[in-house]
Amino acid sequence: MLVYLLRRIAQSVFVLLAMMVIVFFGIYMVGNPVDILVAPDATPLEVEQAKARLGLDQPVVVQFWNFFVNALQGDLGRSFVHGESAVRLILYYMPATLELAALGLFFAILIGVPLGVYAGYKSDKWQGRAIMTGSIFGFSLPNFWVGMLLILIFAVQLQWLPSTGRGQTVEVLGMRLSIFSSNGLKYMILPAITLALYKASLVIRLARAGTQEALVQDYVKFARAKGLSETRILIVHVLKNIMIPIVTVLGLELGSMIAFAVVTESVFAWPGMGKLLIDSIRSLDRPVVVAYLMLTVVIFIVINLVVDIVYTLLDPRVRVTGDAT
Amino acid sequence: MHITKLRGAVCAAAILAMAPALAGAQELRIGVGSEASAADPHFHNIGTNNQLRRGIFEALIDTDEQQALRPLLAESWEAVDDTTWQFNLRDDVTFTDGSSFDAWDVIYTICRIPNVPESPSPFTTYTKAAIGFEVPDPHTLLVKTAEPYPLLPTEFATWGIISAKANGVNGEEIEFTPEDCGDIEYPTTQAFNDGSAAIGTGPFKLEAFRRGDSVTVVRNDDYWGEPAPWERVTYLPLTSDGPRVAALLAGDVDLIETPALQDLERLQNTDGIEVIEGISNRVIYIHLDSDRDETPMVTGTDENPLKDQRVREALSLAIDRQAIVDRIMQGVAVPAGELLPAGMFGAHAEGDYPAPTVDLERAQALLEEAGYGDGFGITLATPNDRYMNDAQVAQAVAQMWSRLGLETQVDASTATTFFSRRNNLEFSAYLAGWGSGTGEMSSPIKALTATYLPERGYGGANGGRYSNPELDDLLTRALATVDDAEREQMLREASEMAMEDVGVIPLHFEVTPWAMKSSIRYEPRVDQYTLPYHIHPAD
Amino acid sequence: MSEIAHRAAPPKAAEPRTDWTGPAIFGALILSGIVMIWGPQIASLPARIILLAAFILAGRRALGDKIGQYFSGPMAYFGTGFMLLFLALALFAPEIAPQNPYDLRQLDIMDGRLAPGATNFSETFTYRLGTDEQGRDILSAILYGLRVSLMVAVTATLIAMIIGIVVGIYAAWAGGRVDALLMRIVDLQLSFPTILVALMLMAAFGRGIDKIIIALIIVQWAYYARTVRGTALSEARKEYIDAAKGLGLPSWRILLGHLLPNCIPPLIVISTVQVANTIVIESSLSFLGVGVPITQPSLGLLIANGYGYMLSGQYWMSMFPGLALLGVVASINMVGDRLRDTLNPRLRK
Repeated sequence: MLVYLLRRIAQSVFVLLAMMVIVFFGIYMVGNPVDILVAPDATPLEVEQAKARLGLDQPVVVQFWNFFVNALQGDLGRSFVHGESAVRLILYYMPATLELAALGLFFAILIGVPLGVYAGYKSDKWQGRAIMTGSIFGFSLPNFWVGMLLILIFAVQLQWLPSTGRGQTVEVLGMRLSIFSSNGLKYMILPAITLALYKASLVIRLARAGTQEALVQDYVKFARAKGLSETRILIVHVLKNIMIPIVTVLGLELGSMIAFAVVTESVFAWPGMGKLLIDSIRSLDRPVVVAYLMLTVVIFIVINLVVDIVYTLLDPRVRVTGDAT
Repeated sequence: MHITKLRGAVCAAAILAMAPALAGAQELRIGVGSEASAADPHFHNIGTNNQLRRGIFEALIDTDEQQALRPLLAESWEAVDDTTWQFNLRDDVTFTDGSSFDAWDVIYTICRIPNVPESPSPFTTYTKAAIGFEVPDPHTLLVKTAEPYPLLPTEFATWGIISAKANGVNGEEIEFTPEDCGDIEYPTTQAFNDGSAAIGTGPFKLEAFRRGDSVTVVRNDDYWGEPAPWERVTYLPLTSDGPRVAALLAGDVDLIETPALQDLERLQNTDGIEVIEGISNRVIYIHLDSDRDETPMVTGTDENPLKDQRVREALSLAIDRQAIVDRIMQGVAVPAGELLPAGMFGAHAEGDYPAPTVDLERAQALLEEAGYGDGFGITLATPNDRYMNDAQVAQAVAQMWSRLGLETQVDASTATTFFSRRNNLEFSAYLAGWGSGTGEMSSPIKALTATYLPERGYGGANGGRYSNPELDDLLTRALATVDDAEREQMLREASEMAMEDVGVIPLHFEVTPWAMKSSIRYEPRVDQYTLPYHIHPAD
Repeated sequence: MSEIAHRAAPPKAAEPRTDWTGPAIFGALILSGIVMIWGPQIASLPARIILLAAFILAGRRALGDKIGQYFSGPMAYFGTGFMLLFLALALFAPEIAPQNPYDLRQLDIMDGRLAPGATNFSETFTYRLGTDEQGRDILSAILYGLRVSLMVAVTATLIAMIIGIVVGIYAAWAGGRVDALLMRIVDLQLSFPTILVALMLMAAFGRGIDKIIIALIIVQWAYYARTVRGTALSEARKEYIDAAKGLGLPSWRILLGHLLPNCIPPLIVISTVQVANTIVIESSLSFLGVGVPITQPSLGLLIANGYGYMLSGQYWMSMFPGLALLGVVASINMVGDRLRDTLNPRLRK
């Protein structure tokens, strides 16, 4: 087990290094951030000085080596634009993304489970088919387009909800979160729904399949025989049995929620780390982009490891030799 | 020329009823288009940071809506001889920590400016002319320059002053040399951002600098001048155009900067919303490679046709500036005939030097005269996220050049890539913009049309490498002429020279719009700043 | 060298089976990719008509006697019809579009931002879906944008599929350490979200059609490699392979003639869905400003360009391209859904 863990971590580190090299050199090739950061009327001498201050005057290989040595000591550098530690910047923006992703998952369940259960219950009727067709639209709708439409309808036309930005925040455990204030929550609804829509289709499919399976099980037949109402059977017996796998799968999807938040945050001007990433890409703020990459890769390595371990513990048939086919 | 359009029905009662009661009477929420990168007044010389800075850290000299100089911490200033400027400072000013303001704080600030670690764009451009100081009394400052330097007061208006005492430094002990000021303590950028070093003399105090979220300032109750009209001001970075407008319409903010042009009509027609517009000091122009024998982005000919003045003039005449202003800029721009709007220092008076009107026939004739009657292929490069509708303007220009018979392509890239490529001279023709930081014609002339001479700071943004030695001489003389009237005349001549050579093709001056609730009012500014102490509740 | 060769089993009298359905579709897809890439310059109108017909015939052949099962319910008709319609629109955009939106001489900014149904200044031309700020006919822009979106998605999917097939079969064939190494790379690649990796790559590459295709290939190939390896492993154990070996056929003939064709049917389902996903990813990247160049807008970029005008009521610039994008993605997904139900009996209820 330990050997397996070590091997997985070693492999992940290899991927991390490869991505780091590509992104580092790639951004270097695209352009020099100083060209846009300096005041337009700065003299060429001042431009050179600015480059020197940011360490951008050295050959790229030297820059990479310096970065690499510092990275090994846990220092991923300072943002060119903000002059702040890149890791601290990202950690600063992270709670906003996490709470948005969490609310998105919650909405995905809220929308997906009832529809999915109903579609499973009426799987051969037109209602079931309609829901399934609808779910195809759910994952065909591009994220940004949904966001635009929601803003247009609910913020501009109806004026029910604020359009963009983040509302009031409350400090919880050292993080500023808006999920605990009613004003902040209002700002979260539209982006969270946008984020949830794609996952809701997945939930519908999972819930439908689970329901179909559960409906032919003995305990449902037994409940029917006892004369329980169909609603009660669906809510109590079926739901209880399908929720665990759904929640498990969605937990695994948290990573991709965070990734998709990049698009949603841009549309809603939500100050999360996805928006930070896009802004940093635009301004070629290399330390932030590379640090973001490294942090997310670490998050994913952890998620994947946890998943592997949980599976191993749950299912002894999965051998941890590294070859799971 | 100064346009101020005030439209939209005044319907304050309606908007107050509509808007959620977020903003109290004493509170102002501003939707800004870009986010300040630090609260440190000297970290980054960029508009967003500077407009935040102005409320908190005052400079010696203020600039008004037209970028004319006005007294601020200096009550008056004058050139006592060719190389000495005297500033008479106010004696009733205190910093927000209680320490009083004097000449040593100015020197301390000038010492710190080159010493901001990792500053991507320092203010040294605006301090390096000073090579020595004398302080005859704490509220009189004599500044020495190496040569006659008429722009010194203008440059000293660009940076905010911090307190020496508040940072544990006895100003009198500073030994100033242009290279360094000895071993003294400076606050870090982080200390400004977390508020501990954010000690200025301005009408506001920094309350919180929350990256990505908001910046809040509160009224400085001990301010030496007229107290600020707002108890608290919140700057919300709403960097996407649509959301920024939506936030105003939804009543989440009281005023927004630069609403997208396409939204102006809607805003003007909304009850309770007003739009104001004012011409800016920024000109949008096209540079043509007028130097190299072979140019990278021209096809269909072996030589560089752009070296020929007639070709450049033809390209200028083929552009229908009015159509671009009307259709692409939706009327929110003014066609440009030179590099600074009429009425500003060094520009011609209104109507004296109008924008060329489109003349396809003459353009065609000029091309034929130059031997390019059959046209050639050209690629116009442009940034696509830097200026108002920049890529669209470039595409419109490309349409017009196509009509002249040139195979025109547009190469649009993000600003970072674009400026890197421009500095590597990868373009034959490119569209860009120039805002005159000093409000004088010397700024665009020096940066865009002077010969590229890095050691003198000439031609820094002259990516077309246009060169006219006569113009350089005139500029050099103008920059050393302290007499305003004389200097202005010289700058006008220099401008005419550059325009006749078509060293650069001016397209239009950007007009800056602001949109706000009818319950407040603001004067448009040529420097495009949104300054909350100039925003007032409407009467 | 190969493990399979070592495991040579006693020859049996099983007839070597060859199903050419897969390669047929595969060929048609490659052809359509080529035409999409090189555009109308080299592919004449008849060539493109033949191509579309070949694509339909190949699809018909792939379904075989399951065609009735495929067309059960309105969704299949709806999805298939619309998918073919969009494909035809993209293929024949130069013929159908009233204007070439990339030719600057045909545009006039004086016709900018006209509402749907408006005519141009000289009243010779009606803009059925309005114009954008350059005076570009939105209908034409959508047709050409559809072409760019489909071209990017189809090309990237095809190349990724070829790489995936090569890697997958090689892994299955070589086995051992090579297999383990390749599959670990695949696992790792798949454990990171597509959009994020694509975004990072585009940050490193800069804008451009070629660059976005490369980025989309890099993020996709692993899906195919994993699927192909799985199929190849299970096929390799089947009797006909042993029989082929018993007949003394060389390895390459077994690989190309027998193993490969049987690995392709499962890929049809995956690649259909992947084309739809790829269109969405490309449009998202373009929306974020790191995708295709502005002079050759895809649907995503058209939406992004029109977004700014939406609040001012000039909805057509972004609404119609958005509907086109939704339509093309949804119809491909519907087809994919039906294909999965039809070709993968395991998943069918």
